[in-house]
Amino acid sequence: MDAMTTLTLLVLAGFVGAEVVSKVTSRLHTPLMSGTNAISGVVLIGAIAAMAGTTNPLLVVLGTLAVLLATINLVGGFVVTDRMLEMFSRPQGRRGGDE
Amino acid sequence: MTLLPTPVAAFGYLLAAICFIVAIKGLASPRTARRGNLIGAAGAALALAVVLLSTEFAGANLAIVLVTIAAGAVVSVPVARRVAITDMPQLVAIFNGIGGGAAALIGLIELTQHEVLGVQGDAMAGTAIATGIAIGSLTLVGSLVTFLKLQGWMTARPVVLPGAPVLFGAAVIGTIAGAAVVAATGQVWWGVVVLVVAGALGVLLVLPVGGADVPIVISLLNATTGLAIIGTGWAVDNVLLLVAGTLIGAAGTMLTLAMARGMGRSVSGILFGALRGSSTAGSTQASDRPVRSATPEDVAVALGYARRVVVVPGYGLAVAQAQHVVAELVDALRERGVDAVYGIHPVAGRMPGHMNVLLAEANVGYELLVEAGEVNPTMPSTDVVVVVGANDVVNPAARTEPSAPIYGMPIIDAEAAGQVFFLKRSMRPGFAGIENELLYSAKTQVLFGDAKDSLAAVHAALKTV
Repeated sequence: MDAMTTLTLLVLAGFVGAEVVSKVTSRLHTPLMSGTNAISGVVLIGAIAAMAGTTNPLLVVLGTLAVLLATINLVGGFVVTDRMLEMFSRPQGRRGGDE
Repeated sequence: MTLLPTPVAAFGYLLAAICFIVAIKGLASPRTARRGNLIGAAGAALALAVVLLSTEFAGANLAIVLVTIAAGAVVSVPVARRVAITDMPQLVAIFNGIGGGAAALIGLIELTQHEVLGVQGDAMAGTAIATGIAIGSLTLVGSLVTFLKLQGWMTARPVVLPGAPVLFGAAVIGTIAGAAVVAATGQVWWGVVVLVVAGALGVLLVLPVGGADVPIVISLLNATTGLAIIGTGWAVDNVLLLVAGTLIGAAGTMLTLAMARGMGRSVSGILFGALRGSSTAGSTQASDRPVRSATPEDVAVALGYARRVVVVPGYGLAVAQAQHVVAELVDALRERGVDAVYGIHPVAGRMPGHMNVLLAEANVGYELLVEAGEVNPTMPSTDVVVVVGANDVVNPAARTEPSAPIYGMPIIDAEAAGQVFFLKRSMRPGFAGIENELLYSAKTQVLFGDAKDSLAAVHAALKTV
């Protein structure tokens, strides 16, 4: 992809990213931070792409480490965000007995 | 040969990018937040499937990748499922940091491959790689320092090294200069230099940040991860990473600004305030000024015969895991006909929304959670405020003391109520490390002890009054 196309893509995506969170209640700040953090785990596909074609043992080790770290970011991030939001979405109103 | 032809793979990445946009939009609204998160996970799963099916793997690399992904999932799911609610911000910081670490490693791999293939000297690719390494390393190390601060493994107070501004300036210049050399020459060892210097910059950036500002820095480092991913996406020529990185960078920046605004702080003040030598007044020493202490019976009598009660929870409630006990007490008061509600400060605890999450766990209805802006006008007609394990969020110094680190932060105006009870373990100041004059006010009494025990004792005493 040439530089100008890349730049266009980045600018447009930047506006979208800023726009979708422009009015967010403070109650959701932490889950939103956690959720965007989970999405950043998609760097996993970069790690896979970087190590896929190499047979150099050092690079395979580095790549494996990058895949491991990115997976923990991705999977753990989505699970912990879901847990935060699960607590928000419990049935409202009267408290029942403690579990 | 790969299973997916390139146009199909590109279409798959486009769908994943749409999922991420829908996910972030969903997360920004209470009704759709959980679904948004799941859509994000689906987008990531789709992207993973596409990369596995459209990439040619050498040797046993595919098997290595699959086993490693399984191992990463096995490690992270139990941690994320079991982490205590009080420790969630640290966990997010760690996850974010290692994501940055992955981006930095990818940069080093790409740099080495370029050297082996003899394609050094492409300044565009070199710049992308250097960005990934520098920002990734800064994010990793900075996030680790925020983790240490929140976990209590190092002081939460601002730490200013001797000559910090000079060191900081040197690290910034060193990182940029090193990155420029990487871009120009593509040499791996310069990549390692950038990794180390940018890591040092991460330490120097986060050390001077104190107390309640740490979650804002986690959010800022979340945004910088986006930049690192842009660098990675550029280096490995992947459109999805470019889009995802930009989305995260932009959304993360907006979120950081919104969080700082919620606390009445500026991002530059948070990062550089301590370096400029301002606003670190205060101490973590317990004060020896006299306060009036109360018994659980005193509190029960005041609450039982009040018309309106506001409970202001803070980090102490989370630490004591007292959310169920406080909910039982408030329920008992409401059954007696007392208009008891919770006054929720947006940044009470260690992360914005901490108290909402905590009380939601005890099935407290949304209608009882009143935000600071709405509860303050009712304070003059409130008979009793019970502050449970909170301090800075009711500290009048935020309004009256321009030198205080929390000056300008919106507070819950407990001072305006008829009577104030603090449930505290000790006289140690709050996270921001400053004295709270409200503790010494004539209308204030302190019930010392663990919040859970104190609330249970008050609840028991309430049955007899």
